[in-house]
Amino acid sequence: MSALHDEIRELMALYPEARSATLPALRLAQEKHGWLSPEALREAAEGLGETPAYCMSVASFYDMFHLEPVGRHLVEVCTNVSCALVGAQQVLEAFERELEVRAGETTEDGEVTLRTVECLGGCGWATIVALDHRYRTHVQANDVGAIVEELRADG
Amino acid sequence: MAEPRLVVLQGADERDLTKLSEYRAIGGYDALAKARALAPQAVIDELLASNLRGRGGAFFATGRKWSFIPKPDQNPNPHYLVVNADESEPGSFKDNEILSRVPHRFIEGCLITAHAVESKHVFVYIRGEYLGPFEAVRDALEEIRDDERLLGGVTIVVHRGAGAYICGEETALLESLEGKRGQPRSKPPFPAISGLYASPTVVNNVETLATVPPIVAMGGAAYAKLGVENSTGTRVVSLSGNLVRGGNYEVAHGITLRELIYDLGGGIAEGRELKAVIPGGSSTVILTAEEIDVPYDYDALAEVGTAMGSAGVIAIDDRCCMVQLGIRVSEFYEHESCGKCTPCREGTRWMTAILRKLEAGEASDSELDLLLDVCDRINGKCLCPLGETAAMAVASYVLKFRDEFLAHLDGGCPFGSQSPLDGVVAPVNQHTHSPVAEVPA
Repeated sequence: MSALHDEIRELMALYPEARSATLPALRLAQEKHGWLSPEALREAAEGLGETPAYCMSVASFYDMFHLEPVGRHLVEVCTNVSCALVGAQQVLEAFERELEVRAGETTEDGEVTLRTVECLGGCGWATIVALDHRYRTHVQANDVGAIVEELRADG
Repeated sequence: MAEPRLVVLQGADERDLTKLSEYRAIGGYDALAKARALAPQAVIDELLASNLRGRGGAFFATGRKWSFIPKPDQNPNPHYLVVNADESEPGSFKDNEILSRVPHRFIEGCLITAHAVESKHVFVYIRGEYLGPFEAVRDALEEIRDDERLLGGVTIVVHRGAGAYICGEETALLESLEGKRGQPRSKPPFPAISGLYASPTVVNNVETLATVPPIVAMGGAAYAKLGVENSTGTRVVSLSGNLVRGGNYEVAHGITLRELIYDLGGGIAEGRELKAVIPGGSSTVILTAEEIDVPYDYDALAEVGTAMGSAGVIAIDDRCCMVQLGIRVSEFYEHESCGKCTPCREGTRWMTAILRKLEAGEASDSELDLLLDVCDRINGKCLCPLGETAAMAVASYVLKFRDEFLAHLDGGCPFGSQSPLDGVVAPVNQHTHSPVAEVPA
C-alpha cells in the first residue's frame, strides 16, 4: 500500500467516524497529485473505504479542491468588497498582464494558475493575495511585477 | 475616544503569546485550573453571570447554549465541543488575528468549555484558507501535547475546511466535519441535542472561546460591568474598506460607529467623504453616513434596523456605486449558496441578473420592484440564513439609496469606472478554461 494510504488511515483514527477524514484525505491526495485527478480520487477513496464517486461528490462542493489540472503555483486574488474597494480589480488585471492569462486560467508553461477567490479574511489589510496559500497583505497593482518574478524564480 | 479595554487580545502587544512560556508568565492556564476546581454547573453559572453572547454573529447567550447540553446521565452519547473557526464573512478577520496571536488563550477557552459541558472531544473546524492561523494553533497544541495536567484527558483535533462560506453555518459545518458536502441541516433537532455524529454538541465561535478564560479569571459579574447592558464585555471589531487604518480593534461595546471609523480607523482614506457603512459583515443591513452615531451594541444597532453580525465594519467612500456594491455582494452569495433550498439557489442568481441589467441601464421601473420582490421571496423560506442575509442586505441598498438606483434607470451608471467596484471579476464569473491539459478520458 502507498504512503498516502497509510497517512489516510492515520487521519481516520483521529475521528469517531472514519468518514470525517474525507476532507483531509482529499487534501493529501491533491497535494500528492497536484489536482484531484481520477487517479487521485481513486487513491483517496481506496484509503477511506469510500467510492471515487463519493469523493468526487464531496470534492466538487469545495473551492480549494481542483477538479481540473492547475499550475505548480497558485495565485489567488480576493475580489470581495473590502479588497475591491481599495483596488483588487487593478491588482487582478496586473497579474493578468504579467502572466498573460485571464482569471481562472493557467499559464501556457503550466507554472502558474491565476484565479479570483471570495473573502480570504484579511479585509483590513487589503488587497489580499494568496500565493500558494500564504497571504500577502496590502498588495497594490505596482507590486505585482516583483511578486511574479519571485514566483518564477522559485522555479 | 473610548479607551480600548483589552480582554481577548490582552498582553498580545507586549509579549509573543503564541509561546506557552510567555502565556504562562501572564497567568495563562490559571483560569483553567480555577474552572476545573469548580463543578461544571458553576462554570456555566459564571458564563450566565457574564452575559457573554456568541461572537460568531448570532449573539446567542453562551452560558445558555452550554446549559442546553444534556447531562451525561441524561444522554450517554459522548458530548462534543466543536469550534467554528470557519470565519468567512466578508469584512470579518478577527478570528484570524485571535488564532494567530493568542492561540493558547483560545485553547484554554476550549478546555474550560469542555469541562463545563463535560466533553472529552474538541474539534476545531478552521477554514482551509487560514494556513497561518492553523499553524499557530497546531504549534500551540504541540507545546502542551504531553502536558496531561493541562489537557485533562481532552483531545483536540484541528480539522481544516476546504473553501466554502456556508460551512460557517453550524449545521453545515457539522455535515462538513462528518466528511460530507457542507449543506445545512433542518432544525430542530438543534446541535445541543443532536449535533456531531447525532450526539450532544456545543458549537462556539473562536472569539467566544477566547473570552472564556478572562471571564473565569475575573468572574462573570466583573466582565458584565464592561460594555453596556445586553452587550456586555468587549468585541474585536474588524475595520476595513476605505479607511486610513484598517485592522482589528478590541473595544468595549457601546463605542459609536463614528468613533470606530474616525478615531480608531483614522477616517476615510485619501481625504474622501464617507458614503455608507456595512456594520457587521456583508450580511448586514447598510447604514448611511448620517446614521453612524449609533452605539456599537446589539440593541442600539437593532433599533436602526441592522446588526453587529460578526463585527466586520466596512467603510465605503463616495466614489462607490451602490448598484455595483449590490452586484458584488449578490455574486458572493450566489457563488456560496449550497444549492439545497431553491429560493436561495435561484433567487441569488436572479438578484445578480437584475442588478446587472440595472447597472447597464437596461432595466425598467418594474424591474427595480422585481428585485425587491425576489428578495422578499427568499426571506424566511430557506433552511439557513445565507439567502436571507443576501436579500436583506441588497434590499437595504435599494431602500437607503433609492435615488441612486432610480438614476440607473435613465441611461445606466452615473459612476461608471470612477467606482472601484466597476467590472470587478468575482469567482462566479471567472473564466475556467484550463489550457494545460484535458481531463483524461
